[in-house]
Amino acid sequence: MTDIALKLDRLSVGYGDFPVLDGLDLSLPRGRITAIVGANACGKSTLLRAMSRLLKPRSGRVLLDGVEIHAMAPRKLARRIGLLPQSPVAPEGITVFDLVSRGRHPHQGMFGRWRREDDAAVAEALRLTGTGPLAERLVEDLSGGQRQRVWIAMALAQQTDILLLDEPTTFLDINHQIEVLDLLTDLNRERGTTIVMVLHDLNLAARYADLLVAMAHGRIHAAGLPRTVLVERMLVEVFGLDARIVADPVTAKPMMVPVGRHGADPARAAIHPMENAS
Amino acid sequence: MSLVADIASLRQGRRRKRRMGLAALAAALMAGIALTLAVGQSVTPPLTVMATLLGVDTGGDAFTIRVLRLPRAVISALAGACFGMGGVTFQTLLRNPLASPDIIGISSGASAAAVFCIVMLHLSGTIVSVVAVAAGLGVALLIYLLAWKGGAAGARLILVGIGISAMLQSFTAYLLTQAPSWSLQQALRWMTGSVNGAELGQALPLLLALGIFGSVLLALRRDLETLAMGDDMAAGLGVPIGLVRIGVVVAAVGLVAFATAAAGPVAFVAFLSGPVAARLLRRNGSLLMPAALTGAVLVVTADFAGQVLLPARYPVGIVTGVLGAPFLVLLIARDNRSGGSL
Repeated sequence: MTDIALKLDRLSVGYGDFPVLDGLDLSLPRGRITAIVGANACGKSTLLRAMSRLLKPRSGRVLLDGVEIHAMAPRKLARRIGLLPQSPVAPEGITVFDLVSRGRHPHQGMFGRWRREDDAAVAEALRLTGTGPLAERLVEDLSGGQRQRVWIAMALAQQTDILLLDEPTTFLDINHQIEVLDLLTDLNRERGTTIVMVLHDLNLAARYADLLVAMAHGRIHAAGLPRTVLVERMLVEVFGLDARIVADPVTAKPMMVPVGRHGADPARAAIHPMENAS
Repeated sequence: MSLVADIASLRQGRRRKRRMGLAALAAALMAGIALTLAVGQSVTPPLTVMATLLGVDTGGDAFTIRVLRLPRAVISALAGACFGMGGVTFQTLLRNPLASPDIIGISSGASAAAVFCIVMLHLSGTIVSVVAVAAGLGVALLIYLLAWKGGAAGARLILVGIGISAMLQSFTAYLLTQAPSWSLQQALRWMTGSVNGAELGQALPLLLALGIFGSVLLALRRDLETLAMGDDMAAGLGVPIGLVRIGVVVAAVGLVAFATAAAGPVAFVAFLSGPVAARLLRRNGSLLMPAALTGAVLVVTADFAGQVLLPARYPVGIVTGVLGAPFLVLLIARDNRSGGSL
């Protein structure tokens, strides 16, 4: 076992004639949290899909412990790498417990009977995500935050050592975003699960990730510790955004504050809105 | 009590409920078959029915039961099971109850091909079934290609299917006008479905289809359900998507086409069975078996109603059509509001 969980080796992927990923090289460390950031349509989700074998590379390879993932049996790979897509669809009328149980799919044979260890895995996933009390509820009746925890529970029931998540915090309120990211961090710390996630929010990415990867135009622009990646120059080059970097008062990790066109307007900043009203 | 024990007992409880639901459906099917065997123009005492089935010569009753009623009951049950299982497979795969083979033209394709073989080519027997299966697959492929636009989306596929279905039905109607000696009975069979004049010889191909295609579907049932959560999720859970999709579609089309070749496109059975079974079993586990049983119950009881309970004698497809049409309207009205599925 090396300390590299997944390695991308000159990976190129495209849809039709259009290349999306162009000769990517990247090593994702085992037992760490990696966050991938980048502007829209830079290939973040495509990268995640290529790593879970959903897309076949044009050239290059994705290596899991040195073995090419496209050479592995689908079921076997699904016991190593779990994927939570961006907006998963729950079948109508399914209960939390049934949905989480579906995470056991790659562990069961064609006519495989449900075993004791499957129940144990489902119970463990429910416990870790705090969704045990919801087990008999219908997924469609849950709040967005609860539902996202249920999907994560399903991915946990799959019992993989690598978990790929495509924007797991989209459409969630800020408190639920923190809740989900804290939960993923718990998993990483307690079980050593390697977590690779695409995140939209740069400050949350810098705060929760051990390794931050910035992508632009189908290439890796920068990859490294958050403080070396989340810098003003990267924000200009990748997002075309003028911003200042300050230290997060809670974690001392880098935090970016956009300047914007009206950011430093002394005339307006001086007026307190309530004073103005009276 | 630990969470594991809770989970295990929850699962056992649901499994028990599912078995009870399946047993109730099987009992309803048995009751329907028993009624069909015992009641017709005349009522045969149950003991005489039993004796006749066991091979005792009961004179006139033997003819009524063995030639008139038994083939009817057997073909109804088998065709209904094929329609039910084939229908729910499509509905699950395409995540939409409107995507059933009798609505998107697969039954009409099989039916048109069967009529063409019989009327124009004067064929009969197994070859008709084989052509019907091929036509069903052809229509499925055609719909898929026509609806393809960087990925086959559900709603477009259904609309294309409804259009194709309408064309194929008018083609069948045209073919029937070209056959002067054709009786209304037979025409009705190919337009709406009927088990009038069913023969026991038709049971064997149906039984084989149900055995082979049904086992394929049952073996793939978990993959099918996982596929219903979207391609990305299914692939992430280790489902070989392409293979499973092809296997499932071929098996489902096979079931529907064989049933159509035997009983005609019995209206709305493929469409109704899945949603009815889902409500009966409260979405507990795979719907394949429950939908097959529901389909069988539906055709057997609808045929019984058409023959005995109603003032005039109607072919089974008319009765199921009357049941199915309001449900279709309901479903379209509801889906336009909430975009729900099965």
